[in-house]
Amino acid sequence: MSSIPMIEQTAGKGAARAAQRGLGSRRRGAPGGTMRRPGFLTYGFLGAVILGSVFPLWWSFLVGSHDSSVISKGVPLVPGGNFFANAASVLDTIPFWKALGNSIIVSTVTALSVVLFSTLAGFAFAKLRFRGSKGLLVFVIATMAVPTQLGVVPLFIVMAKLGWTGSLWAVIIPGVVTAFGVFWMTQYLRDALPDELIEAVRIDGASMIQAFWHVGLPAARPAAAMLALFTFVATWTNFFWPFIVLDPSNPTLPVALQLLQAAHFVDYSIVLAGAVLSTIPLLLLFAVAGRQLVSGIMQGAVKG
Amino acid sequence: MAVTDRVQSPPPNTNQRASRDKSVKRLAFSQKVSKWDVKLSPYLYISPFFVLFAITGLFPLAYTAWVSLHSWNLIGGQGKFTGLENYEFVLAQPFFWNAVGNTFSIFLLSSVPQVVVAIAIAAVLDANLRAKTFWRMGVLVPFVVAPVAVGLIFNNLFADQAGLFNELLTGIGLDPVRWHSDSLASHAAIATMVNFRWTGYNALIFLAAMQAIPRDVYEAATIDGAGRLRQFFSVTVPMLRPTIIFVVITATIGGLQIFDEARVFDQAGLGGADRQWQTLTMYIWELGWGQRNFGRASAVAWLLFLIIVIIAMANFLITRRIATQGGRR
Repeated sequence: MSSIPMIEQTAGKGAARAAQRGLGSRRRGAPGGTMRRPGFLTYGFLGAVILGSVFPLWWSFLVGSHDSSVISKGVPLVPGGNFFANAASVLDTIPFWKALGNSIIVSTVTALSVVLFSTLAGFAFAKLRFRGSKGLLVFVIATMAVPTQLGVVPLFIVMAKLGWTGSLWAVIIPGVVTAFGVFWMTQYLRDALPDELIEAVRIDGASMIQAFWHVGLPAARPAAAMLALFTFVATWTNFFWPFIVLDPSNPTLPVALQLLQAAHFVDYSIVLAGAVLSTIPLLLLFAVAGRQLVSGIMQGAVKG
Repeated sequence: MAVTDRVQSPPPNTNQRASRDKSVKRLAFSQKVSKWDVKLSPYLYISPFFVLFAITGLFPLAYTAWVSLHSWNLIGGQGKFTGLENYEFVLAQPFFWNAVGNTFSIFLLSSVPQVVVAIAIAAVLDANLRAKTFWRMGVLVPFVVAPVAVGLIFNNLFADQAGLFNELLTGIGLDPVRWHSDSLASHAAIATMVNFRWTGYNALIFLAAMQAIPRDVYEAATIDGAGRLRQFFSVTVPMLRPTIIFVVITATIGGLQIFDEARVFDQAGLGGADRQWQTLTMYIWELGWGQRNFGRASAVAWLLFLIIVIIAMANFLITRRIATQGGRR
C-alpha cells in the first residue's frame, strides 16, 4: 500500500493518463491491466469449479437411476433406466405431492408478503419524513445480526398455544417480513424513486397509500422481483423450523425428503431419486431466473 | 425530502358548490385527514416489520431466558422456578462441551477454506472472460439445492463402505477414511457440504466487490512494477476488507447454528453413536424435542446466543486486524 500514494505524488496525473493510453481503451480492467483474453489455465480452473458444482447433482441422478443391486457393485458412470421406478417408490414412501404443494404455497405466500411489506417499509424509510426514521432503520439493520433461530422453544410454545403446530401458518407467519427485505428495498427506492414523482401525485390529490401504490410499487419492481426470488429460494430450502413445527404427514419438501432416509432400511437409489425430484423445481426456477439471482447477489454486495 | 411538508395542502379542489360554508368545512376536514395521513402513514408502513420482529424475534429470545429458569416439559408445560439449575446441569454435561467443540470444528473447517476459495474463484471470474454469465451462473448452481438434499447426496458420497470418496482414496492406494465414525473426518465431510452450497455464492459477492475497486489503483501499482500476484495481495485483498468482514460475520451467525446437513448425516439424526458430529443446535433439538425438556433446551439456546455474540465481535476485530496488516505489507 505504501507505494501507491508515493506514485501518485511523484508520477502524478500525467503518468496515470499515459499509463491509461498505454493500456488502450477498454470497458473494465482486469487486475494487471491487460486486454488479452485469459488462457487455458483460467478456463480449466473454472471448468473444474463448475464440474464440482454440478457433479453431486449428476451423481445423485446416476445413483437414483439404477437398481440398488447394481449400486452395491459400484455406481456405473452412465444413467440407468430405473429412475421412474425409484421415483415411484419415493411417492409411495413419503407424501411427495402434498409436500410439493405445501412448499409451493409456503414459498409463494412468504415471497409475496415479504415483497409487499418490505416495499411498504422501504418506501417509508427512503421517501417519507418522520420522527425517528434514522434510528429505526439502524435498528432494522441491527436485527439482521440477531440469531432468531435460537428462539425456537418459545416460538413452539406460542404456536402450540395457538393450536398452529402442524399447520402451514406456523411456517408462514414468522417469515412474512424480513429485516433484509426492508433494508434492500430502502436502499433501492432511495435512488430509484425521484421525490418529484411522489410530490406530483400528492399534488394531484393522491393519499399516501395511493402514492405508494401508483408510484412507489412500480418504481420498486426490479428490486422487488429479486427480493421475491431470494425469499422464495430461502423459504423453499428452509429446514430447521418446519422440521420442528410440522407433522410428517403434512410436511414441506425438505422435511419430507429427510423422512426418506429415516426409514429403517436405507436404499440410496430411492433416497437420491428423491433428492433429485425435490431439486428439480428450483433447478427449473434457476434456468429461468439464474441470471437475476447472480445480479441480485452482486448488487446486494455492493450496496450492503 | 421536503415533499411531505409541501404536499400537505389539500388538492386544489374542483367542485364549486352552492354553499360556500359547506365547502370550507369539507376543505378543513380533508385537510385534517391529509395531515394525519402524512403523519401516521410512515409508522403504519414500517409497523409490520416491528410487530413481527417483536413477536417472533425479540419475545422468543427473552422468553427463552424465562423458560430456561424453570423446569419445563414439552407436554406438561411450565413447572416450578428452578433458578440456574438448568444451566448447572447443562454445563456439567460432556455432551454439551462435545457439541461446542463439534460446532466450532465444523465452523472453522467451513468458513476459512470457503472464504479463501471464494476469493480465488472471484479473482478468476474477474478476468476478461468469454461467456461471463455462463460461468457466474455455473458457480451458483449449488445455491438452489436445499441443504437437506445436499446432505443426503454427500452422505452417499462419503459412505464408509464403497462411497465414491473412499473408492477414490483406495484407488490411489490410500486407506479409506471412516467418515461416519471418526470425529474430525465427519466434521470435514459436513463442512464440505456447507462449502459446496456457499462458496460460489460468496465468490459472486467478492467478485462484485472486486469490480468496484477503482482501476487507477491497479494502474498505479502497474507503474510501480507490481506483478499480478503482488497486485492481488497488496491491492485486491486489502480493498476487499469490508466485504471479507461482511462475509465472515454472516458465515459466523449461520455457521454456529448449523443443523440441516449434520442432521441428515446418518439415519438417527442425533450426531452419531458417540455424538461425533452433534452440533449445538442439534443438542438443543435433542434436549427439547428428543427428551422433551424445554428448560434445558432453552438454557443451551441462551448459551449459544452468547457464544454467537462474542464470536461475532471477536471475528470483527480479528478480521479487521488481519486485513489492515495485509494492507501494510
